[in-house]
Amino acid sequence: MSTIAPDRTGVTTGRTEVTTDRTAVTTEQAIEGSQTIRLAPNYWPFVVPALVVVSAVIVFPWAFTLWMSVNRWTLGQSRSFAGMENYLRLASDPRFWESLVHTLTYTSLSVAAPMFLGTVAALIFDARFPLRGLLRGVFVMPMMATPVAVALVWTMMFHPQLGVLNYLLSLVGIPAQEWIFNANTVIPSLVAVETWQWTPLVMLIVLGGLASVPREPFESAEIDGANAWQQFRYLTLPMIAPFLMIALIIRTIDALKSFDIIYAMTQGGPGTASETINIYLYNTAFSYYDIGYGSAMAVVFFIVIVALSFILLMLRQRSQWNDAEGK
Amino acid sequence: MSSRLLNQIGLFFAALVIVSPAILFFLWMISLSLKFEIDNGAYPPILIPERFAWSNYVKVFEENNFLLYLWNSVLVTGTATLLALLIGVPAGYGIARLKAERSAVVIMIARMTPGLSYLIPLFLLFQWIGILGTLWPQIIIHLVVTVPIVVWVMIGYFETTPMELEEAANIDGASSWQVFRLVALPIAKPGIVVAFILSVIFSWNNFVFGVVLASRETRTLPVAVYNMLSYEQVSWGPLAAAALVVTLPVLVLTMFAQKQIVAGLTAGAVKGG
Repeated sequence: MSTIAPDRTGVTTGRTEVTTDRTAVTTEQAIEGSQTIRLAPNYWPFVVPALVVVSAVIVFPWAFTLWMSVNRWTLGQSRSFAGMENYLRLASDPRFWESLVHTLTYTSLSVAAPMFLGTVAALIFDARFPLRGLLRGVFVMPMMATPVAVALVWTMMFHPQLGVLNYLLSLVGIPAQEWIFNANTVIPSLVAVETWQWTPLVMLIVLGGLASVPREPFESAEIDGANAWQQFRYLTLPMIAPFLMIALIIRTIDALKSFDIIYAMTQGGPGTASETINIYLYNTAFSYYDIGYGSAMAVVFFIVIVALSFILLMLRQRSQWNDAEGK
Repeated sequence: MSSRLLNQIGLFFAALVIVSPAILFFLWMISLSLKFEIDNGAYPPILIPERFAWSNYVKVFEENNFLLYLWNSVLVTGTATLLALLIGVPAGYGIARLKAERSAVVIMIARMTPGLSYLIPLFLLFQWIGILGTLWPQIIIHLVVTVPIVVWVMIGYFETTPMELEEAANIDGASSWQVFRLVALPIAKPGIVVAFILSVIFSWNNFVFGVVLASRETRTLPVAVYNMLSYEQVSWGPLAAAALVVTLPVLVLTMFAQKQIVAGLTAGAVKGG
């Protein structure tokens, strides 16, 4: 998209970084009809309040967390400097490594399934058919539903003896499962709940992208004889790519941080079979009150999240860049 | 023409298949909440009981102070969302126009940070300031959730709105603020609705902040429901009824706001540029 604005006098100026004052002056002069070269508007004041608030609520907790992570500190006991002790302890804590594996397994499954299903759902709901509005309304409901409430009802449904899911399986001849009560099936069962709940978010984001896609290229593609798959692959997909990336990033972060469903349904059990880093962190900080060790865990967990998100953000920027090149 | 009709019927059934898990879940949730214990323990399971246990709902409100927790939830979610819109919509606009992915990354860091890592430091801070018995700790910490959502949604939205009108207004001598207020904002209304709705959901549904920060009087609904689980005998009817009460306001909002989302996203303020 071009950022060059032709001026009435015929002088063309590119986007320039300017201070508030200069913009104000320029605007006043422009109103008076002077022949000043116009500068691009200044957008920084729009961003500043959010930056202030976000930094205020982030910087303090992070500084404090970093400080706590280098201390031996259990709530109610005296605190002492520990250096890197907590981090070294983390590196040799098998329960932590186990929770990291659980987190990555849980996340990759909880991203892939909703991304695929959500995109398919968006393509379906972008088309016209009877009762579309109603069905879409119902489809979005799981995402709105409160995770704790959802987790509670799923727990009842997963019940091995009285749960409705095993009854439904028995109707099609599949033996009863132990779902979240078995170490081997607990993560896939939780992922099923997560997928059930968050596929609509992906669908809404992608649908927003589809709604912003202009009709004209499809009309000319139609005239040129492009089939449905070609139209999807070469027109729709590139145009909704930024939206897919937003969905992917949000889903990855949310899945990594997932807490409510896991905590309310299994508390990380049976044993520690579904204990993700977030759950282990909660237990360390709020069950054992080991704030120092918990903070070190929070720091490492954050690094894992940032690293993964950064890779995705780079992809997002590259996809936009490629887009711009394509135009 | 008939192939078009077939196409529509096919799409309808495809949509029905993809929606069915949601339909079945909520039907079963309602069913659980309206059954007496005998019916909830029956095998094979009963979907529609002979006698409805409306008393499950009465029990929820009589025994658990739910009206207070409902009001707490409204205050926390309402305030945190309004503040987020006030701050986040202009920020999304600014970042999109500046093409400043770097500041977007700053905003994203708030979203990436696990909620738990805010809790210990802020808990100590709130204790120190002495506002722990009020709703303010929860409102403030909910901003950590709502502001990044609003900003993120608005960046995506403003990136796709056309620049031409804004450039024209700019040439006509409008200030940056006027361009935003009179040109960009009206076009962005549908995006703001989406941001509002997402912000409300995430705030209303938040559980982990309340678990740590809420006292007996300042509990929000998700915490209240979870507490019911730990205190009450595991009795399915009242539990399902409570779960439904917690979730109902957001679901009702969905049904109303759904029209606005769909209208907003499909009306095509963007189309044609």
